[in-house]
Amino acid sequence: MFTAKKRRLAVFGAVAIGAMVALSGCSSSNPLKSGSTATASAGTIVIGSQQYYSNTIVAEAYAQALEAAGFKVDRQFNIGQRSVYLPELAAGKIDLIPDYSGNLLQFYDAKTTAKSEADIEAALPKALPSGLRVLTAAPATDQDTYTVTKAFSDKNGITSLADLKKFKGSLVVGANAEFQVRPYGIPGLKSVYGTTATLKAIADSGGPLTVGALKSGTVQLADIYSADPAIKANDFVSLADPQNMILPQQIIPVADKKIDTKAAAVIEKVDAALTQEQLISANSKSVNDKSSAAVIAKAFLQAAGIVK
Amino acid sequence: MNPIAQTFGYILSPANWSSTASNPIGARLGEHLWYTLIALVITAVIAIPIGFAIGHTGRGRQVAVLVSGGARALPTLGVLTLFALLLGVGLEAPILSFVILAIPSVLAGAYSGFEAIDRRTIDAARAVGMTEWQIVTQVEIPLGLPLLIGGLRAAALQIVATATLAAYVGSGGLGTFIFLGLGANDFVQTAVGAVLVVALAILLEIVFSILQRLVVPAGVRAGRTSFGLVRAPRSRSAAGSPLQEGNN
Repeated sequence: MFTAKKRRLAVFGAVAIGAMVALSGCSSSNPLKSGSTATASAGTIVIGSQQYYSNTIVAEAYAQALEAAGFKVDRQFNIGQRSVYLPELAAGKIDLIPDYSGNLLQFYDAKTTAKSEADIEAALPKALPSGLRVLTAAPATDQDTYTVTKAFSDKNGITSLADLKKFKGSLVVGANAEFQVRPYGIPGLKSVYGTTATLKAIADSGGPLTVGALKSGTVQLADIYSADPAIKANDFVSLADPQNMILPQQIIPVADKKIDTKAAAVIEKVDAALTQEQLISANSKSVNDKSSAAVIAKAFLQAAGIVK
Repeated sequence: MNPIAQTFGYILSPANWSSTASNPIGARLGEHLWYTLIALVITAVIAIPIGFAIGHTGRGRQVAVLVSGGARALPTLGVLTLFALLLGVGLEAPILSFVILAIPSVLAGAYSGFEAIDRRTIDAARAVGMTEWQIVTQVEIPLGLPLLIGGLRAAALQIVATATLAAYVGSGGLGTFIFLGLGANDFVQTAVGAVLVVALAILLEIVFSILQRLVVPAGVRAGRTSFGLVRAPRSRSAAGSPLQEGNN
């Protein structure tokens, strides 16, 4: 069947594929291994982060500040969602992670009535499992917003969700599909602000497709996270929420017992410097300039005078 | 109730079909079927004439195999996102990406249908004085039709399964249930979307298999049953579906 030439070619192909498989095995550590937390020495602080670029930048800033203060740090970044990393934190496998206040409280207490940031921070210590605590929150917040274009806001005099009632015409919201059922989504708009809107489900979490739909007028409102640089870049207006329908999501570090007073002081110094402007500018460096988390965090800490 | 019973309970509940439901099942099913048909028709208009030309002349087959093989390797979600960034959210981007997904199957069905015809049949047609156009329309198309329908059938299956991605860019369809379920941790919703897609796929399979049986010319059918078929195909034998692999 095979000619000699064909056989040589087949052997060559098999070798090439085999080499590729072998090399790719070397290039990175085994993703299935259970994490190096077990081997970390007693004095090492394990820092986690969500699978969200902005969260990783904050976690990296904590890590660099702690290292500068003489602590040993082990980075375990991009751990997915709350249901994955919070049990790890409670089990002591991770010692510190930046989280978002409103969603953190709702994870442990789904029926909470806390609406304002102060109420949420007051409720958090009771809601957290024993052994975990939150440190002082940063002023920066990264929460869902109803965002409109400047032209729409100016033309209709709408700067707040309460103003939507007076808008004549149909309103379409561009957001993830779950906005259909979330209390701050379509149902909340109806029950809290008396506004009927329909959802245009765009599954990129306020990313470029949602921004594009808002710019082109396919949707009048879009759910874009408040720390997204696209809001400023496109001169969008995020509507005020006088009834506190949307839970505030200030960045708040969750820590276990391994974070002592000295370490906590370092982390809180980073938080104090992390204003909304700083967070947006850090996100913008990641989205627009494609800088790495380490570079962005270092520049932020240097500007804040936390590291040299 | 276990999740499977809940899933079928959701689908069978009339309240979820009424037009006042937040996600009426009927409307989503209709959208899904509509997108599938539009994409299939556009694909057919593009791919069938090219496939016939390749099959009749025997030229350009290498290029067609190469291009359609390459198109098959494109990840549809990536293509969809790229088009949606260029064209905005809406129906254009998903339809375009479904067409790109479906063209290879239909193209292969069209030219392999021609290639599978016994060359002596075509030589005989030429010998009795048929023009090239008559050979194509009266000999090659009728005899190649079963394989072409097979290609369309494979393409329809690929599109109906992939049309869930229309919901990614705000165009609804059955993907709405899947994305809503994933986002809200409501896996019954996700299963509802999946079960309905499977049901639609099975329905299309049945329709196409009936169609495929109907279009076999009477003479070929008779030849198969009474004499057994002895053929001398031009390049390779092909039977049933031109595609053996799964979708995507």
